[in-house]
Amino acid sequence: MTDSIQAHADEKPAGLWRWVVTTNHKDIGTLYLLFALLMFFIGGTMSMVIRTELFQPGLQFTDPLFFNQMTTMHALVMIFGAVMPAFVGLANWQIPLMIGAPDMAFPRMNNWSFWLLPFAFSMLLSTLFMPGGAPAGGWTMYPPLVLMTGDAFPYLIFSIHLMGLSSLMGAINIIVTILNMRTPDMPLMKMPLFVWTWLVTAFLLIAAMPVLAGVVTMLLTDRYFGSSFFNAAGGGDPVMFQHIFWFFGHPEVYIMILPAFGVVSTIIPTFARKPLFGYASMVYATASIAFLSFIVWAHHMFTVGMPLVAELFFMYSTMLIAIPTGVKIFNWVSTMWRGSMTFETPMLWAISFVVLFTIGGLSGVMLAITPADFQYQDTYFVVAHFHYVLVTGSVFGIFGAVYYWLPKWTGNMYNERLGKIHFWCSVVFSNLLYFPQHFLGLAGMPRRIPDYAIQFTDWNQVSSIGGFGFGLSQLIFVYVVFHAIRAGRKAPARVWDGAVGLEWSVPSPAPYHTFQEPPKLADGQLQSEGV
Amino acid sequence: MSSVNDRYYVPHNSYWPILGSIGLCALFVGFARVLTGENIGSTLMVVGGLIMVLMLVGWFGTVIRESQSGSYNQQVGRSFRWGMCWFIFSEVMFFGAFFAALFYARVLSVPWLGGEGSGFSTHLYVWPDFLAAWPLLQLPDPSQFDVAKAPMAAAGIPALNTLILLSSAATVTWAHWGLKAGRRRQLIVGLALTIALGLLFLGLQAYEYRHAFTDLNLSISSGIYGTTFIMLTGFHGLHVTVGAIMLMVILGRSLAGHFTPLGHFAFEASAWYWHFVDVVWLILFTFVYWL
Repeated sequence: MTDSIQAHADEKPAGLWRWVVTTNHKDIGTLYLLFALLMFFIGGTMSMVIRTELFQPGLQFTDPLFFNQMTTMHALVMIFGAVMPAFVGLANWQIPLMIGAPDMAFPRMNNWSFWLLPFAFSMLLSTLFMPGGAPAGGWTMYPPLVLMTGDAFPYLIFSIHLMGLSSLMGAINIIVTILNMRTPDMPLMKMPLFVWTWLVTAFLLIAAMPVLAGVVTMLLTDRYFGSSFFNAAGGGDPVMFQHIFWFFGHPEVYIMILPAFGVVSTIIPTFARKPLFGYASMVYATASIAFLSFIVWAHHMFTVGMPLVAELFFMYSTMLIAIPTGVKIFNWVSTMWRGSMTFETPMLWAISFVVLFTIGGLSGVMLAITPADFQYQDTYFVVAHFHYVLVTGSVFGIFGAVYYWLPKWTGNMYNERLGKIHFWCSVVFSNLLYFPQHFLGLAGMPRRIPDYAIQFTDWNQVSSIGGFGFGLSQLIFVYVVFHAIRAGRKAPARVWDGAVGLEWSVPSPAPYHTFQEPPKLADGQLQSEGV
Repeated sequence: MSSVNDRYYVPHNSYWPILGSIGLCALFVGFARVLTGENIGSTLMVVGGLIMVLMLVGWFGTVIRESQSGSYNQQVGRSFRWGMCWFIFSEVMFFGAFFAALFYARVLSVPWLGGEGSGFSTHLYVWPDFLAAWPLLQLPDPSQFDVAKAPMAAAGIPALNTLILLSSAATVTWAHWGLKAGRRRQLIVGLALTIALGLLFLGLQAYEYRHAFTDLNLSISSGIYGTTFIMLTGFHGLHVTVGAIMLMVILGRSLAGHFTPLGHFAFEASAWYWHFVDVVWLILFTFVYWL
């Protein structure tokens, strides 16, 4: 009996079909990560088109409609195709390993969560070839503009339904896994912080994604079935769309950053060789950010027309977010304070995250000031702000996580020298790319335009050069991963000598099935201990 | 047996999810083609729908067989319960979006169009003849939409439907008591009654829709009142339908001798779902029909 269970447990079908029918959290995590990488390059290609066009004033390469399609599709692909699936991939690989679970709580549903994505994005990307072109009204899909999309319109809506369904099922799976699958020795307040941030993120997803599904359904009925949600002629209001959309949209922003907080909170203690400073305050700060994310949405709409009371409320509530975020920044810095620091590639990403995310956070506080936002809104300053938090924040967090756990996944070390080259190229070029956009924005250059006044040329050229450099640098990353799998030297079980956590108690590469019996926790095996 | 049950059941290799992706994608692409007026849209929808039915029957069938064979331990049961709770929470948020639209229209956009607060100049320069009222029987621009003649009254069918749904909540609880006490007859009669009341609700709702379309000219395209009315009651009706189908499966399984007084997650999940659509109806009755 036991033998047959064991044999069953090790069964790993061969060939491509394995990846289609798999229910294994490690397989599905790999699929998510590879899919996210593919989308990162597709979305990245679109941003290259944007930066190429913006290299000079005037229209050189694209017509304005195609340019707008590129900005819209770049955002949708990067948000829903690259950043979110990458974090779900990390969750799939790591959460069961970190909490001592045999797999995710719903392994079949896990497969479906992933396998909806290729269909959703085939649908979305196919709109590029449709009459009228791809959606071009911006990823926020504001009516009435978005209702003028050509034949692509229903495909846009339905692809978002599919992505939403995927995220929702993924989130339910993750939240149930965390609540119900932990090894009995692990109470909530001893969970690794990556698991904590994902618990909160999953809650945000379950609360926010259905609202997005609802509001895009309203767009669909407004366009095809004569409803008047967003049409003032029938008593509705286009601004209502913005309210409902941003009620989803703001939690969505934190959905994309909280798991990165968890990654950084895991990497920094490892390479500072000190326990995380202020574990409990990190948990409470995460929960506070999640709560606040539901009451700040209209800061995306300060100039759209709102009663003064609402402007003030949303300004102050937005500024409150700086407090828990500041707690986190100070905790990371305090963790490094007097630590025995070494600077392997994951640590470089984590430290640059702390610095650069803080820049994005501070420009966020600037944008939160309502009267100041009246000047900044719809300029490149906003573009610079959210790229600092999303690229040098979320994406750098993802890179840090991949370098940190790649040896555990593949069993091989990556090449440290190449990893550092990838890091330094990325960090230099991304700042070259985004920092000048602050100046452009403050000088008055609007976002989402293919052409600009001649005085903006210099900084746009700097930004474009940074963009091309950043794009090319990512090819190094592909080579690093490929090289690690093919030719990396063998990694031990505990890859980093300062690392704590259950994932380091299994061999590298992690066996196909792990923790079929809940593990016992040894002393010092958890992040929270020693605080 | 017990050595199997000590472990959390981890299934291996499933074909249902990929089938579900294909079915759902066909359904959506088909619908999109219908909406954009391209060919084979409806065929694709039917094919996609059939694949989805096949997938749901197959997937749930697999899970039921695994459950009946004793593969699931208590921890698996807890996962299912958590999962259902979070799923219902997501449904609450979905309805929340539509209720938000209703309240926004009633409290903000319609009064603004009528000239209140910051809407003063819009009112004056765009639609000076518009009088804000709810239910909205006069539209800012009547040329774009076909306005309703009269609002749907709360008394009559809607009130009766409230009574029906509340009774069905009682009957499903009574069935649950029967199941827990091992009185199978009470379980089956209670479930059958609940399903009958659910179907009665849907029948009356269909009758009410006919009345709305033909007598009141009240439809999705009769301005924001009709829009919110149809979308909220429509999505609610859809959820009642799904709940009724779930209960029918549960009735079938009860007749087949499934469920024990201690282990009956599927029954509980369906009952929770049923109570959820019940609560949505109460809010809906209050704010869509009554106030």
